[in-house]
Amino acid sequence: MIDKTSASIFEAIKQIEDGATVMIGGFGTAGQPAQLIDALIEHGAKELTVVNNNAGNGDLGLAALLKAGQVKKIICSFPRQSDSYEFDKLYYAKKIELELVPQGNLAARIQAAGAGLGGIYTPTGFGTLLAEGKESKVINSKGYVLEYPIYADFALIKAFKGDRWGNLTYRMSARNFGPIMATAAKCTIAQVNEVVPLGDLDPEYVITPGIFVKHVVAVKGK
Amino acid sequence: MAYQRLTREQIVQRVAQDIPEGSYVNLGIGLPTKIANYLDPNKDIFLQSENGVLGMGPAPAKGEEDSDLINAGKEFITLLKGGSYFHHGDSFTMMRGGHIDICVLGAFQVAQNGDLANWHTGSPDAIPAVGGAMDLAIGARNVFVTMEHVTKNGESKIVQQCSYPLTGMGCVNRIYTDLAVIDVTPNGLLVSEMVPGLTLDELQKLTDAPLSMA
Repeated sequence: MIDKTSASIFEAIKQIEDGATVMIGGFGTAGQPAQLIDALIEHGAKELTVVNNNAGNGDLGLAALLKAGQVKKIICSFPRQSDSYEFDKLYYAKKIELELVPQGNLAARIQAAGAGLGGIYTPTGFGTLLAEGKESKVINSKGYVLEYPIYADFALIKAFKGDRWGNLTYRMSARNFGPIMATAAKCTIAQVNEVVPLGDLDPEYVITPGIFVKHVVAVKGK
Repeated sequence: MAYQRLTREQIVQRVAQDIPEGSYVNLGIGLPTKIANYLDPNKDIFLQSENGVLGMGPAPAKGEEDSDLINAGKEFITLLKGGSYFHHGDSFTMMRGGHIDICVLGAFQVAQNGDLANWHTGSPDAIPAVGGAMDLAIGARNVFVTMEHVTKNGESKIVQQCSYPLTGMGCVNRIYTDLAVIDVTPNGLLVSEMVPGLTLDELQKLTDAPLSMA
């Protein structure tokens, strides 16, 4: 019998080694897997490359991981926010590397990795600072930039319900990067509000099929 | 004759009049977000939010906020009946793939050829952040810009060539300022409206790029 559910968050998280690339779901704090991040802080893996849309908000979650000094590089689209002070401090102290990626390119590069594509030609960013030094091409008289996939060793995502085969549903706009990050990582760990028996999730409404998920851990609260 | 500049609220009110029923619309962070307050609630206008919401409704009543339901500016929202949720890949397929009829963005500068600069001042000590601006700029079928006509120091924001780093090339279709409504066309910048009492000569003096009447 295959059972991807795990009673202990830490058991799942402790596989993350120093130097790993870790995708972390969420848009701001919506969909951010706070309990998985807390476990990653406790585990203490260092020199991480983190892929997220933002660069932490306030004091919790991703911001706390940054503050703990575990992240050497962040790949994101929108690091500058009113409450991203932990990132700001590291950035100005030159203690973190930033790779800024337009949000749609971030999504497309993650999807390219998940889909096994070698790269994508995207119109986003063509002719701008963020395309400097990159290969470009005119296709049907429109300019495109070649962007490469973003692969990850781990994806930490927040879903709503999951079952022992790893099937997931999400809740409202907390879905955001979860489904695409799940496809792009060697090992996807999902925190869910509730583990349900196999067959309880309506197959018509499964958003992430279990093939993309290695571990499902239930956490308390929403 | 003296003229009065539009307030920021009046600018967004003016833009709201140009959004037809049935449009799929993305409103940028900041001033453009407020356009939603002036859309006719009896019209079906579909507001898309880059974080994965189509059919975005107004802000929730106090106490009804849900931390899983936010917009691109990370403010609490509601979902209209018929609305839907989707992941970021689908969301940017809508935005980049030409499925959004109108997006409205703020700007630092717009050039006479429609180049847009709104993500970065280029200052070396500024933390750069781009979000979905570049995707919307080149992906939406019509790009509207709302902004003050001149900076706080009186410099024109409608320029011959952008001095700030570009968000997208030749992508702006229409500019709504506190003084005028201006279309970006192959024949240059065409002024279709001005605030009462303002002449084209006066507007031109405040504008770096050449203007003509539509």
